[in-house]
Amino acid sequence: MKLRATFVMALRALRRNKLRTVLTMLGIIIGVAAVIAMVAIGNGATSQVEGQIAALGQNVVLVFAGSVTSGGVKAGAFNAGTLKIPDADSIRREIPDAVAVSPEVRTNAQVSAENQNWFTNVQGESPDYWSIRNWAFAEGTSFTDQDVRGANKVCVIGKTVANNLFGDDDPLGQIIRVKGIPFTIVGVLETKGFSVMGQDQDDTVIMPYTSAMKRILGATNLRTINVEAATADKIQAVQDEVADLLRQKHKIIAGHDDDFTIHNQQEFTDAATSTSRILTVLVVSIASVSLLVGGIGIMNIMLVSVTERTREIGIRMAVGAHGRDILLQFLIEATSLSTMGGIIGIVLGIGASKLLSIFAQWPTLVSPLSVILSFMFSACVGIFFGFYPAKKAAALDPIEALRYE
Amino acid sequence: MTPVIELRNVERTYSSGEVQVRAVRGVSLTIMPGEFVAIMGASGSGKSTIMNTLGCLDRPTAGSYLLDGIDVSGLNRDALADIRNRKLGFVFQGFNLLSRTSAIENVELPMLYSHKRLRPRELRDKALHALGIVGLADRAGHHPNQLSGGQQQRVAIARALCNEPSLLLADEPTGNLDSQTGIEIMGVFQKLNDQGISIVMVTHELDIAQYTRRTVVMRDGLIVGDTPVENRLIATGELRRLEQAHQAVHLTQ
Repeated sequence: MKLRATFVMALRALRRNKLRTVLTMLGIIIGVAAVIAMVAIGNGATSQVEGQIAALGQNVVLVFAGSVTSGGVKAGAFNAGTLKIPDADSIRREIPDAVAVSPEVRTNAQVSAENQNWFTNVQGESPDYWSIRNWAFAEGTSFTDQDVRGANKVCVIGKTVANNLFGDDDPLGQIIRVKGIPFTIVGVLETKGFSVMGQDQDDTVIMPYTSAMKRILGATNLRTINVEAATADKIQAVQDEVADLLRQKHKIIAGHDDDFTIHNQQEFTDAATSTSRILTVLVVSIASVSLLVGGIGIMNIMLVSVTERTREIGIRMAVGAHGRDILLQFLIEATSLSTMGGIIGIVLGIGASKLLSIFAQWPTLVSPLSVILSFMFSACVGIFFGFYPAKKAAALDPIEALRYE
Repeated sequence: MTPVIELRNVERTYSSGEVQVRAVRGVSLTIMPGEFVAIMGASGSGKSTIMNTLGCLDRPTAGSYLLDGIDVSGLNRDALADIRNRKLGFVFQGFNLLSRTSAIENVELPMLYSHKRLRPRELRDKALHALGIVGLADRAGHHPNQLSGGQQQRVAIARALCNEPSLLLADEPTGNLDSQTGIEIMGVFQKLNDQGISIVMVTHELDIAQYTRRTVVMRDGLIVGDTPVENRLIATGELRRLEQAHQAVHLTQ
């Protein structure tokens, strides 16, 4: 018995009952489409979060003052006062893979320009900060290392601050007063949007850290040191080296807790994406149930079909079909049902994800793996649920089958 | 010459629950190539059981069955299926064509299960040839529901012929047909028999049996009569006579 002929016969049988074929496939179609669309939505959400994390900067290692990991109670992770400018300098000097280092201080302050004023975030950074945050300028340029050394009264502002203080006017070269001290605006940053935490990242005034510490805060402590590793696979090494270096500089003996905390970007990414992953798994498992139900539908209809076509089976056996020819024929029928359903489901699933992207503005990302897996799964459903009815057909007695009314 | 069929003391007992039904109780029968045999008998006489045995659809409980000199009584399901495919052609009372399947595809069916690997082209040619033998080459694309009963039975005969069997088995082939169509079908059988094909058919109609060459009568699972047909009817002649009778009726009206 030729496989091709069996295949043609199976397709012919399915074509004879078009409505029934479509209804039977519907279970698989819905299941596969749901899985594909859900995975696409989940992936889209994950990649969006990953994109937001990436906007944080490239290969970033953050050093916070104080320790939040210690067993004892230590209040104020940022204000512990354990990080100083020399710490940042020695990181820059002694760790070659730390390609950019920006000591950071931060406060909130009322700022004003001419007759406008605005309450915003004021931070002190080094010129390395733009590289670390991967942040470009819309206008003007950064302050310089020289400005840092001289604690000059210059600053860079975000788009939100620019809009609120200057409206449509060009802020470049204008004077902005922070706590009454005048700073000259040398640059305006590109829009970065909201952070993962929902903060407007463009609502900020950034100046040399020396200026902020000396003129605004009057403090000598750093809040954070932003460090950029040369490449993604150097992140862990840089993190370890920074930890070793700081322990050494702070003269922390072995067995005692750090007086600083180091996080890297990967940890943020993992934390943020794990939620959407769990959600995806949950939704996909629900969708898989509908695949299972679709499989049972196929089995049901195949059993009906075997009963209905008992006489046909008898005729085939009378003219020389072996049991396995009949088995194969019904198995191919069931598998064609499920794989065709699978293919239609894949097309619908991809279509639904695209529509969601266009009309609901949901980010979706169709994963090729989910397409391949759901196709294979639907084929397996056909084989698994088609086997019992096919076996039943193959075991029929030709005489009884021929006599069947 | 080797007989096409040789039954030696064949018995067939069905056990339905506690009761044992002895449908065939020791039948010996020899049929030589080129014979045209009618097996006759009332219902329950065992003729259907004998037919199933001859058709390799059933195995005898005791005794042996030699088909073309080969003992097939001990073969398994698959081997019997191969024998049916290669050596036997079946014609049933209810035609048993696949519905919603064209005549030519119905005729191709046994060749699909053949051990010979035929190309689609050869399949088609052989099926068309078989349809030509029964005079239906022009109806190849028709579905069974577009054909008359007689035509459907001819398609079934073509299906039985396509693998060039040594034996044609017909189970009440005229049972569902009116008498004139029945005679036409007998004409097809006679033509095939004249070309040398052995035919065994089951019938309970005496006048249909008159078209064969030998009549075997069964009763209660035993053969009670085995006689050559005297005054054998020839279908072509009978049909001509019927036609004349029809015309006579028309003329008198």
